[in-house]
Amino acid sequence: MGSSLNKPELIVNGKRHDGRGFDQLRPLRIEAGVVKNADGSAYLEWGDNKVLAAVYGPREAMPKHIADPSKCIVKCRYSMAPFSGIDDHGRSGPNRRSTEISKVAREAFENVILLNDYPGGMIEIFMEILQSDGGTRAAGITAASVALANAGIRMKDIVYAVSAGRIDKHIVIDVDMLEDNYSDADMPVVVAPRNNDVLLLQMDGGLSTEQFSEAMRMVLEAGKRISAEQKRALEDYYKMAKE
Amino acid sequence: MEILDTIKGTYIRSMLKEGKRQDLRALDQFRDIKLRAGVIEHAEGSAQADVGDTRVVVGIKMMPDEAMPDTPDQGNLITNAELLQLAYEDYEPGPPSPESVELARVVDRGIRAANCIDLASLVLEDKKVWSIFIDIYVLNYGGNLFDASYLAAMAALLSAKVPHYSDGAADHRRRDTSLKINGIVASTTFGKIDGRLLLDMDLNEERIADTRLTIATDGESIRAMQKGLSGAVTIGEAEQMIGESLVQHKRLKSIIERAAKE
Repeated sequence: MGSSLNKPELIVNGKRHDGRGFDQLRPLRIEAGVVKNADGSAYLEWGDNKVLAAVYGPREAMPKHIADPSKCIVKCRYSMAPFSGIDDHGRSGPNRRSTEISKVAREAFENVILLNDYPGGMIEIFMEILQSDGGTRAAGITAASVALANAGIRMKDIVYAVSAGRIDKHIVIDVDMLEDNYSDADMPVVVAPRNNDVLLLQMDGGLSTEQFSEAMRMVLEAGKRISAEQKRALEDYYKMAKE
Repeated sequence: MEILDTIKGTYIRSMLKEGKRQDLRALDQFRDIKLRAGVIEHAEGSAQADVGDTRVVVGIKMMPDEAMPDTPDQGNLITNAELLQLAYEDYEPGPPSPESVELARVVDRGIRAANCIDLASLVLEDKKVWSIFIDIYVLNYGGNLFDASYLAAMAALLSAKVPHYSDGAADHRRRDTSLKINGIVASTTFGKIDGRLLLDMDLNEERIADTRLTIATDGESIRAMQKGLSGAVTIGEAEQMIGESLVQHKRLKSIIERAAKE
């Protein structure tokens, strides 16, 4: 939550600062199979976010002592490029924020990957935020989910992620950087669309019980469009591969 | 050890099927909570929380510091958590684990989002502000570190005294005023095992839990949430846990206030 000084008008005439409606996503475009060396990959543009996700594996778990003979282990790394933000040069390497995001993203993916199908194995998921404009963990996870499918990893579902927020009394979906800096609540969510299970849930700011329920309804609505774009990206990739 | 774990897990699951827990608690019942403030006299504020076998000490220190460039009109709040090696057989040395980073960030987030500390009141002079350090020390891990850490952190903050400040330096031996606290945030953490929701998991429950949801509230609004572990929650379950969390806040708040007063 940013400082309340110099707070810009985030909602004018029932529209958001970039002209979007409360439930409207920024333009989303995903392309599957873009990193040649990886077993699966995806490039995503979501508003001004640009994200590259890649998956390696399943392969033998290394170092050997981390291997689990009953199931596959999942490693996940979210990181932001030092040039990704519009303001200062960022620091490279993991920080506390990226460590936490990597952890909760891994837990969400562990829910849908059929871990027992790959005993002793390891799957590595990389999410590189090349340009950031708010909602980067949602962008990273949505892209990585496509990359996992593109790698042919057996999964129960292709998850999507999106962030809901509150600006004054309005619940909005797909919060961008400016909104995130001044919003009254931010809530990133990962959902498995086949049964609407919630696999990642974080929140900070202030929400009433009713506002939480409204935000979740809007997440599920927006999720239909995100899922559709994920599927389109995968279908296009395999159509092209066939030709 | 692994065989023992399996046996314990099977036992917990079979009891849960009948809606029971191994220590005979109700599913929505906390273990005994003991909260004591002022346990470290050298710190500006401190508290020890015992929640069942879990023991957490939080120390608050305050230092005159540079303001952060993006918040020149505010004091700094820095929260850190140490899962001490002596606290659990599986805790390892080395750089902070994802678990300890998560614990610190989730506690920080709730306290920040609820504006518990009036950070704007912590400006000393031009570009000079107080940095408040909340250090969470886990002394014994017995499950549910989140709620224990929130309790200890809030009681420590509520009992903290601000050092005297003059000529650019703090005198930690002269603490004149209380730290200004605006509201009290407390968390409740639920686990889910075989589709059953249970409040305040102990060590054995936490080791087999499918998922975990921490909800921090100030009694009115949800201030922070964090789901952990690879299981799922349904939206209905999340709503149920939020409702329960708002109810529990009343009791947790009075425990914190009582501890800070004594």
